[in-house]
Amino acid sequence: MQAQLTAIDIACRRGDRLLFKGLSLACAPGDAVHVTGPNGVGKSSLIRILAGLLRPFSGEVTAEGGLGLVDERLALDPNQPLGKALAFWERLDGCSEPGRTLDLLQLEPLLDVPVRFLSTGQKKRAALARLLNRHCPIWLLDEPLNGLDGQAQKSVEALVAQHCDRGGIAVVASHQPIALPSPTLLGIEDYAA
Amino acid sequence: MSAAWTLLRRDLGLLMPGGSGGGVLPLLFFLAVAMLYPFAVGPEPELLARTGGGVIWVAALLAAILPLEKLVTDDVEAGVFDQLHLRGVTEELAMAVRLIAHWLAFAPLLLIATLPAAALLGLGEETTQTVLLGLLAGTPGLAAVGLAVAALTASMRGGAALAGLMVIPLAVPILIFGAGALARPDPSALLLTAAISLGLCALAPLAAAAAIRAAREA
Repeated sequence: MQAQLTAIDIACRRGDRLLFKGLSLACAPGDAVHVTGPNGVGKSSLIRILAGLLRPFSGEVTAEGGLGLVDERLALDPNQPLGKALAFWERLDGCSEPGRTLDLLQLEPLLDVPVRFLSTGQKKRAALARLLNRHCPIWLLDEPLNGLDGQAQKSVEALVAQHCDRGGIAVVASHQPIALPSPTLLGIEDYAA
Repeated sequence: MSAAWTLLRRDLGLLMPGGSGGGVLPLLFFLAVAMLYPFAVGPEPELLARTGGGVIWVAALLAAILPLEKLVTDDVEAGVFDQLHLRGVTEELAMAVRLIAHWLAFAPLLLIATLPAAALLGLGEETTQTVLLGLLAGTPGLAAVGLAVAALTASMRGGAALAGLMVIPLAVPILIFGAGALARPDPSALLLTAAISLGLCALAPLAAAAAIRAAREA
């Protein structure tokens, strides 16, 4: 089965404000989309709509293939050591060799540290580790570079490139520049209602 | 099925005493009420034996409210249910598992603590047995009400206090029949308590799941 992510003519309303309308998107394997726009324009809402977590005000979203989401919500128990918190998701995702990912993201020295003591960048890397261990074809990344240092930003870009190279789809919402493999630029302000 | 098992293990790790979430505080609270009651009403054994069962019930109800603050809120805020949703784990399943974990984390220990509490109040053997059976039948219902209310108030500010206030009226039927079983030697009150409990346990995961989905849109 080929991964696919399609959004047709979606509109998003938060409260009584229409954020955007008439937005369509079609992603085939290998596609990377960079969602841009100033704060509050609806980038995160779009990501959540694509993830199926938020109902669009109108329009339709269809996704073929597993979805992986990284946003500002960590979904790791703050009181547990990182290794244990990640292990829960590894078990749930049926991931048999998490070690490679941990190595890749340089998380191994942090496995005994309770999640609440991790820095912003370390938490972000932990969330990325969970994403990688899921082995899903569609990545939805909401501000993946926030809090990361230059080197870590480079490795995120490399991870996304590798993912798309293998036929994955990546939709990345980021207000800062991120190097994606031949990205489609999607400026949400163009669809502002 | 394996997802449910993985979830249950995580939830138990969070909710069980000694886990990172709850602890034994509700239990100590329960025992403290049983201990204070004779100080408040006087030590006459007859009075204590007659009213002690009811006190244990009220203390159990209040103790069941204490863990609600941590039951769902943290996971909603951390986006755990979002990540589960993406993995095809429905909110209903997550809530049903949480209900089981919540009950396991507070009820068995509460039942054990009922024995010293009954001894402190000087309850007879028969009364103690009725209280224990009543709590066994009623605590799943209390857990169910607590879960649904905790999910409803998870995304509200000051939700914990509101949750306590909302659980009490919903728990009234359990309290009436469960504690009512002490008044007459008749098993039908216990059976009614169990029936109410079962009904609540069936409904609570659905209500809690709907509440969590609604909170996403807020």
